[in-house]
Amino acid sequence: MSDKAVSIKVEDKLYQNRYLVDAERPHIQIRDEAICASCTTRQCTVCCPAGCYEGAEGKVVLTTDGCLECGTCRVICTTHRNVEWEYPRGGYGIQFKFG
Amino acid sequence: MSEKFDVIVVGAGASGNAAAYTLAKSGLKVLQLERGETPGAKNVQGAILYADALERIIPDFREEAPLERHIIEQRMWVMDERSYVGSHFRSDDFNKPPYNRYTIIRAKFDKWFSDKVKEAGALVICETTVKELLRDDKGKVIGVEVDRADGRIYADLVILADGVNSTLARKAGFRPELDPKHVALAVKEIHFLPKDVIESRFNIQDEEGVVIEMMGKITHGMMGTGFLYTNSDSISVGVGCLLSDFMEQKITPYQLLEQLKAHPSVAPMLEGGEMKEYAAHLIPEGGYHAIPQIYGDGWLIVGDSGMFVNAVHREGSNLAMTTGRIAAETAIELSRAGKAMSAANLALYRQRLDDSFVIKDLKKYKDLPDLLDTNKQFLTTYPELLNRSAYAMLKVDGEDKRSKQKDIYRGFRAERSLFGLLGDAYKLWRAFR
Repeated sequence: MSDKAVSIKVEDKLYQNRYLVDAERPHIQIRDEAICASCTTRQCTVCCPAGCYEGAEGKVVLTTDGCLECGTCRVICTTHRNVEWEYPRGGYGIQFKFG
Repeated sequence: MSEKFDVIVVGAGASGNAAAYTLAKSGLKVLQLERGETPGAKNVQGAILYADALERIIPDFREEAPLERHIIEQRMWVMDERSYVGSHFRSDDFNKPPYNRYTIIRAKFDKWFSDKVKEAGALVICETTVKELLRDDKGKVIGVEVDRADGRIYADLVILADGVNSTLARKAGFRPELDPKHVALAVKEIHFLPKDVIESRFNIQDEEGVVIEMMGKITHGMMGTGFLYTNSDSISVGVGCLLSDFMEQKITPYQLLEQLKAHPSVAPMLEGGEMKEYAAHLIPEGGYHAIPQIYGDGWLIVGDSGMFVNAVHREGSNLAMTTGRIAAETAIELSRAGKAMSAANLALYRQRLDDSFVIKDLKKYKDLPDLLDTNKQFLTTYPELLNRSAYAMLKVDGEDKRSKQKDIYRGFRAERSLFGLLGDAYKLWRAFR
């Protein structure tokens, strides 16, 4: 398990899901990008089950299209509280076919 | 919408549906608001339905609810990387109606439950997110504001059934932000397979089902469990761990799930299946001590929003339905007596929960979350020793059994001192007694 590398692209999983994306209106936002730039842990880039957070040079890039609306990113940002988290507008976002 | 309702229920999950159904059936004027496209579109669960909680709300649900399989066999696996030591319990007693537990698919089940709510007379509006609670100058909750034009709606009572994240309760200051130590992140997939393949693979017949709970090294020392449930023509497989543990590990939730699926004891059960959905959800596992204030002037909190989950027994939906029902019954009683929906009167809801299995069970295990959080040997060292011991005893290789037992004992002593072993036994006994 741990010694056997299991490579997986989360995009392949998300591709099976049904979303109604609210274009140009992300329901989650990074409050202050400068804080992410200096954040040493960047747990959001590991813990988000949809891989919405990507660490880049000097910043963290957030793309909410594949969001599963679990709330993890908001709860784990304990040091900085830098995640502005709302539910999508009614009818938008993930629509679970099975749940 | 300028109409006023007796009660507004926010959310159409297990607790919201239980509350809205009970309220509407009693003749109260009920509005239920749901942000998903349809009821169930935002809801995620393993999912096991415990019949008792639903039976107390809809006694004849078995005749019409979309149920997958009733569970006749429960397997508990303690795993290391290559093996598991398991205890299986299968009984024909679980195979006699009325059945006790079923696997369900939430999207289907919630749609059915919501239809019952509508039949009972509630107005159910989907695709509508509640932005915030409306309060008067004394702080009493008097309605909600939704994300639609003219979005103010008023009611005597608002029941928050808005799930583990409860943005409403947080914004209103009824509840603090979730503590990563008190919440687990679970990820799951659903894999479709022909019905007869599932039945031969799991040694079951028509409508019979199996659940497997998994613990041990599969969670990399994180506090959590894996699960595998048989549905009619699909298998739900997933894993969940405390968020505080995820924060310390450098493994993504989907890698963890992928490793579980690749375990040599799990992979053959999923072989050939078609994965059709990947979901994630938080589970409030803080237990008794994490329950927030659940009533106030003009408001009640039910279900996951109130942290009503028994993590030890993997129960949540039954606590959700029960808290939803009891909240509704409290409101009905006050309404019939002509009493106001004030904090003093709604305190009856908390009293009734205290007298029910909901609070009694959560109280019983109030110290277990902390115990396991600070004693990770229960999740890593012991599962590995157990599996190694089983392998050593069962492998026939010319070494005598007494020598093997000595080796096993030395293995335990090498990992934990005698004092540590006795202490661990005592801690577990204390937590479960």
